[in-house]
Amino acid sequence: MDDTSSVGIVNTQSFTFAESPNELPLECGRNFGPITLAYETYGKLSPAKDNAILILHALSGDAHAAGFNHPHERHPGWWDIMIGPGKAFDTSQYFVICSNVIGGCKGSTGPSSINPQTGKPYALSFPMVTIHDMVNAQRALIDHLGIDQLLCVVGGSMGGMQVLQWVVSYPERVRLAIPIATTSKLSSQSIAFNEVGRQAIQSDPHWKEGEFYGKPIPRRGLAIARMIGHITYLSEKSMHQKFGRKLQDKAEYGYDFRADFQVESYLRYKGDHFVDRFDANSYLYISKAMDYFDLAQPYGSIEQAFANVKAKFLVISFSSDWLFPSHQSKEIVSACRRVGAEAIYTEIQTDYGHDAFLLESEQLTSLITNFLTHGRKEAS
Amino acid sequence: MNSLGEEIEIDNAGTVVRLLPEDRVIMDLIAEGSRVLDLGCGEGDLLLALKVTKNVRAEGIELSEACIQSCVAKGLFSVRQGNLDEGLADYPDKSIDDVILTNTIQVLHRPLLLIREMARVGKRCIVSFPNFAHWPVRWQLFRHGRMPKTGKLPHEWYETSNIHLTTIIDFREFCQKAGIHILREIPLRPSGPGRRSVVRFAPNLRADSAIFVLEAGPAMIASPSPSH
Repeated sequence: MDDTSSVGIVNTQSFTFAESPNELPLECGRNFGPITLAYETYGKLSPAKDNAILILHALSGDAHAAGFNHPHERHPGWWDIMIGPGKAFDTSQYFVICSNVIGGCKGSTGPSSINPQTGKPYALSFPMVTIHDMVNAQRALIDHLGIDQLLCVVGGSMGGMQVLQWVVSYPERVRLAIPIATTSKLSSQSIAFNEVGRQAIQSDPHWKEGEFYGKPIPRRGLAIARMIGHITYLSEKSMHQKFGRKLQDKAEYGYDFRADFQVESYLRYKGDHFVDRFDANSYLYISKAMDYFDLAQPYGSIEQAFANVKAKFLVISFSSDWLFPSHQSKEIVSACRRVGAEAIYTEIQTDYGHDAFLLESEQLTSLITNFLTHGRKEAS
Repeated sequence: MNSLGEEIEIDNAGTVVRLLPEDRVIMDLIAEGSRVLDLGCGEGDLLLALKVTKNVRAEGIELSEACIQSCVAKGLFSVRQGNLDEGLADYPDKSIDDVILTNTIQVLHRPLLLIREMARVGKRCIVSFPNFAHWPVRWQLFRHGRMPKTGKLPHEWYETSNIHLTTIIDFREFCQKAGIHILREIPLRPSGPGRRSVVRFAPNLRADSAIFVLEAGPAMIASPSPSH
């Protein structure tokens, strides 16, 4: 806590917009409002407003990216290793913003929010949101903060999808883009994993077509969805190194269906822990938003999508990530090349799989630090 | 590839790069403000030198993750980790003024594929390589009957990555076979520390390295390579 590289105690703030009659037009065709976004900021916005960095979170992330919300919080924000004084996103130089996506359950408007018209949670009456809608909502927040142009947009996994959508939707407003471990469209295999997760939730008897608020929640379903997710975030090698075939609190097989292996009890723990902090309907909505994401689709090709892109790119993938494999990042880089956008591409060697972007990494820190330093100079 | 070489300050801002003597010969060949693609760009020293002194649009491809890190630390914004044996599919025909391949052709699995790709993509190609017919190399094989080791080829035969060594004469033939036109040959030999001078007499015997300036020949233009 007294660590000088921590941003310290931060308050999550909120911003509400799109009130009637100025609702936000969504990709599904509905106009929706009011919308509240939870967000946190770290560091100071420069007088020229040219040092703002927008951090975009992954499926289960939230606005709390760094520091602590209260003095007794056990864990810091989800990307604390990267955000703080002297870190990759150096808060003594940059103004760092992170917002919870629309559809989320951590202070932003989502299916668990109260519909002001009915006084009840939206549940499945919440509109289907897309990555594009998430970005449009963030744009309203960036406008509200008085920032014309972001120095950088950055995110991993679904956060990386938002990075790509930002540079395509608002090319004039982004100088540097760092999409990490991501893709311009989700593969069939990834959609399949998401669908199994959703099926687990929807087949839980407590789900009740999403109308479970104030009643027992679909714990089992959501926990199973999270367990499946976790398997896809790790690599075969990292799982083997972490667990092997080691048994949990026993010397011999139990010959029953309780957790024998450490990997089983780990997944059960991760699943159970997740249920306490995440809304099952948000999981359905956000995973579906990832499935729908196809950057090129409205434009015909990824090159046409990128036609007006102004940003410089730093595209990073991880060698053992089989959920968002390197070839998907290379496609993004190829498209940059073909439209003449400057792009750096590197594949970081690691055994940690898709989750590697959340872990401490000298390579990731050095790449981002240097890219921001030179990029800021070059752009100004 | 740039672990050797000499540190040189290239501007008044204190930018220091590490260049081989061949790199300095190559720099003289590059026009101000041109588009340059350096294949196997290493830590980006040549690209940075060209960017600072000649204001080129510098792009690089490099196999090593560590080298890409160094390129980013130098402020290069168009460097990609990639394998040259896969060709240059993302680059349209004649989209680059000079495609450079320094001291790298001998490690490629498919040099013929890459040289054709270079000639397709580049208006000109600049290739440098160690000359395996240099007399000390010949001497080691002829006099001692041993696999040659020299300053440019320092590795034991069983651990070298140099799998496609060539000579000036063989490289000429290779270009002809690839349908590539040789614009200029610059055979070089050491002439004092950090210096190279052009070899005019008996280059295949006396030059330890050579730089070739190439362009697509008429036959190649008529029948583009299949990877295109």
